[in-house]
Amino acid sequence: MSAITRDEVAHLARLSRMALTDEELDHFATQLDVIIGAVAKVSEVAAQDVPPSSHALPLTNVFRPDEVRQSLPPQQALSGAPAVEDDRFRVPRILGEEM
Amino acid sequence: MTTIMAYDEALDRFEPVLGLETHVELGTASKMFCGCKTTFGAPPNTQVCPTCLALPGALPVANEKAIESTIRIGLALNCSIAEWCRFARKNYFYPDMPKNYQISQYDEPLCYDGYLDLEVEGQTFRIGIERVHLEEDTGKSTHVGGATGRIHGADYSIVDYNRAGIPLVEIVTKPITGTDRLAPQVARAYVTELREIMRSLGVSDVRMEEGSLRCDVNVSLMPRGSSEWGTRTETKNVNSLRSVERAVRGEIERQAAILADGGKVVQETRHFHEDTGTTTSGRSKEEAQDYRYFPDPDLVPIAPDPAWVAKLKAELPELPSVRRKRLQAEWGVSDHDMESMHNAGAIELVEATIAAGAPAADARKWWMGELARRANESGVALANLPVTPADVARVTELVASGALNDKLARQVFEGVLAGEGTPDEVVAARGLEIVSDEGELLAIIDQVIADNADAAEKVRGGKVAAVGALVGGVMKASRGKADAARARELILEKLGVSG
Amino acid sequence: MSLIHKTAAELGAMIAAGEVSAEEVAAAHLDRIEETEPKIRAFLHVDREVTLAQARAVDARLRSGEKLGPLAGVPLAHKDIFVTKDMPTTAASKILEGWRPPYDATVTARLREAGLVFLGKTNLDEFAMGSSTENSAFGPTRNPWDLSRVPGGSSGGSSAAVAAYQAPLSTGTDTGGSIRQPAAVTGIVGMKPTYGGSSRYGLIAFASSLDTPGPFARTVLDAALLQEAFSGHDPLDSTSIDRPVPKVVEAARNPDVAGMRIGVVKEFDGEGYQPGVLNRFREAVKMLEALGAEIVEVSCPSFTVALPAYYLIAPSECSSNLARFDAMRYGLRVGDDGTRSAEEVMALTRAAGFGPEVKRRIMLGTYALSSGYYDAYYGQAQKVRTLIARDFEAAYQKVDVLISPTTPTTAFPIGERADDPMAMYLADLCTIPSNLAGNAAISVPCGLADEDNLPVGLQIMAPVLGDDRCYKVGAALEKAFEARWGGPLLKEAPAL
Ligand SMILES: [Mg+2]
Ligand SMILES: [Zn+2]
Repeated sequence: MSAITRDEVAHLARLSRMALTDEELDHFATQLDVIIGAVAKVSEVAAQDVPPSSHALPLTNVFRPDEVRQSLPPQQALSGAPAVEDDRFRVPRILGEEM
Repeated sequence: MTTIMAYDEALDRFEPVLGLETHVELGTASKMFCGCKTTFGAPPNTQVCPTCLALPGALPVANEKAIESTIRIGLALNCSIAEWCRFARKNYFYPDMPKNYQISQYDEPLCYDGYLDLEVEGQTFRIGIERVHLEEDTGKSTHVGGATGRIHGADYSIVDYNRAGIPLVEIVTKPITGTDRLAPQVARAYVTELREIMRSLGVSDVRMEEGSLRCDVNVSLMPRGSSEWGTRTETKNVNSLRSVERAVRGEIERQAAILADGGKVVQETRHFHEDTGTTTSGRSKEEAQDYRYFPDPDLVPIAPDPAWVAKLKAELPELPSVRRKRLQAEWGVSDHDMESMHNAGAIELVEATIAAGAPAADARKWWMGELARRANESGVALANLPVTPADVARVTELVASGALNDKLARQVFEGVLAGEGTPDEVVAARGLEIVSDEGELLAIIDQVIADNADAAEKVRGGKVAAVGALVGGVMKASRGKADAARARELILEKLGVSG
Repeated sequence: MSLIHKTAAELGAMIAAGEVSAEEVAAAHLDRIEETEPKIRAFLHVDREVTLAQARAVDARLRSGEKLGPLAGVPLAHKDIFVTKDMPTTAASKILEGWRPPYDATVTARLREAGLVFLGKTNLDEFAMGSSTENSAFGPTRNPWDLSRVPGGSSGGSSAAVAAYQAPLSTGTDTGGSIRQPAAVTGIVGMKPTYGGSSRYGLIAFASSLDTPGPFARTVLDAALLQEAFSGHDPLDSTSIDRPVPKVVEAARNPDVAGMRIGVVKEFDGEGYQPGVLNRFREAVKMLEALGAEIVEVSCPSFTVALPAYYLIAPSECSSNLARFDAMRYGLRVGDDGTRSAEEVMALTRAAGFGPEVKRRIMLGTYALSSGYYDAYYGQAQKVRTLIARDFEAAYQKVDVLISPTTPTTAFPIGERADDPMAMYLADLCTIPSNLAGNAAISVPCGLADEDNLPVGLQIMAPVLGDDRCYKVGAALEKAFEARWGGPLLKEAPAL
């Protein structure tokens, strides 16, 4: 049995906002199947009592004081924008929840 | 068209279960993960930097004050404070969220398992607090084109990221049962109390109209006698105290109608409309988001020093409910009066008026009487009337000294509210001081007796009750400035009758 | 000897002594780039005028008596994953083509402060995802030793530039081996400092818990000088270590392994390793023994699952880190015809702007984090990460450093592994454990493989903040090898 189906790959592409072609989906389905099969090797290690590590080093409590720092000048903040209107980032219409 | 069932009938048949999720913007000087300012209403995109714009390469560093404020909120809500916890990334794409993930907390909230006691109509309700966690706010989109300026039908949107990254505390209740018919009032009382706690802690200005406190309301119904919870809906962005009450009530009425009709409540997000007080369906939970939470590798875990937490706990200010109990005892008022003052937002005002020298009874009388009436008439909150506790205290002082009577005092307030100045300035400008110069008063009395010979004769003949007409004449002639009691005495004296 | 063949330490000393100007040194390197770039293609961006202006500014600072570090005026090739105010930054992705950052990375800013002169931005695998630099949206970089082969990756532009004498120094980033592996296959020195020892602020993130900026150079000392120039605590990076930087330059100047205990990792041997690589490695072990080190075989059993754990953790983090490339605030925007929604434009842009390896990793990471799979994949990989850290800890109870081949093979031909992700991933077999544990590790040249006469690298691993040990052992090996070879390994490289 394959580890991942083409439908699942299509779902992953939707979740990660990538409009992939059918050809890409087929190609990735094959490749991801192999890769997931290989990385599943992590489950062979018995690690019930082992705490997970989310970080490379055990640092804690790194904070900054609540102090204001210089923001970017607006023209620099907007300098990379594909579209600007009224000093705001202009974006295509948003489908979704009415706020 | 949504069918609804009358509230009373709905409550005869069903019991509501509530859940409230409240987001509070903290009043820190800088944002949660960068040094940008948090000033409300600044020109668009002037309070942004590589971090809060999510420019490639930029990194977050947590604001210590925000962590401290969250712990203080948790302590005020009787929560346990995590010994060790992490920020997590909540992944979903949305144009007003620059990183397309929100830094939030998932299974390791900073504060958990607390409660808040409320008194509503003489009953005490203990609201369980599931968690208090820290996250960041999003930017603000303006929708351009389309008929309504709303998101649906808009041609495009423009985004201002000044708000993106402002620290946001999320407070989630456990399911609230046993409120019965008082569900809407309990919901409102809960949010009101939270708001006061935030104010007393000084962690947020909690201006609902500016969106610094926002509420999501979960409602489900179970048939009376059942203990199995029904399907819940989540009503988003309920942004005033009145709306909290209306949203709960409306959702109970809507769900009851569906269930009574043999239908099924759909688990969904609903949107509250401030203008109509109704909700409409949003995203259905069937296509539930998969947020792929995982610990944020850019931020290190938080392990609050127990000594620090103990210090924060010891330094908590007196909480509003405790304070109210103390004030009630000090002022010697009934539960009912105290609750009315609370609901009217008058407690701080009364307290400040007393602090400015007024007797408790007088302070309460003016704020809850004349001033509440005027606030109501002009549709503003009591606290927003252009009159200060010091003004009220000065008026009570003038009344106590006999310089004003209640009727004149009301005219003084009218003048103060109209922007004519301080009470003393209004008294002077309008000439409202009681006539205490007896020479002037006696002259008026002589004139009134001469003008009302009949009445004067009756009084002389022993019909003392007829003096009222003469006193009325004196008051009229003095345009209300005469001291009515003194005028009566003088009239009777003049007519040779003992009162 | 011409300026381009000098070490960074030598150039820095000459500039400080006024024997040559920073501008002359920069110009010599720019000329070399112009001459060799058609063959190598190490750079994505070179702007002669900007570079010369920077050099002149350093000359002026020196003339005014400003006290600058030992690398003042020395030119450097900067990996195009560090943001730079005066040069475009793309991470070798179409999605960022033409983007001009409004800010400098901390590494960038510190290098400017120290008076280094940027020759340009170097090529890489898109968003540092790869081991060959073939995943660059702007075409592959070639290995100066054999132009038909890869220079390693992801920092292949940086390794090639140094190996081709286009620059004496370059920067890289190492997430799973992206400095050490390219250094090994181009015959130069590449160091992955301790995680948190060098700032990630302004480094375009691939996998945040693993990404580490580090230096490339032709000598161990030069690498140490460069590392020292940009290292140290940065309050803008929460994961930056607030402790003194290890004395790496001092260590590089004092090569000595007498009495040191050096562990050979048992697991990095056998199948999949090119015989020529193993031969050179074993000779180097003997050499260390001859220099007075005590060689101990050490077993790190969890290292065998380091690669699968890495290929869950890194893609998981990347799937989230790369979500910000959405066509809304900067970069490419595709399909915005006035009718499409933001969601559609995001999806079209990301499909058009990301290359296949990036897409593959985003989807793999999305999968590993999604509900129902999290515990079995990402969660389990994190546990493996703990086990690997424990293996290291146990090993460092017994030895001062661990050694292994840097990479199982020499440089492979361009195109050979392009369509076989698993084969490509094997290039990082030996380098990944140090990333997962946040340890320091360096790769130094240890000769040419018999089969193909291509460079072989030896990896020296040390504990967290044990960077100085990497340099000490690396410098000792370098000294012994150069005595044997009669000069640096790079003199064996064909002329360009
Ligand atoms: Mg939230
Ligand atoms: Zn900011």
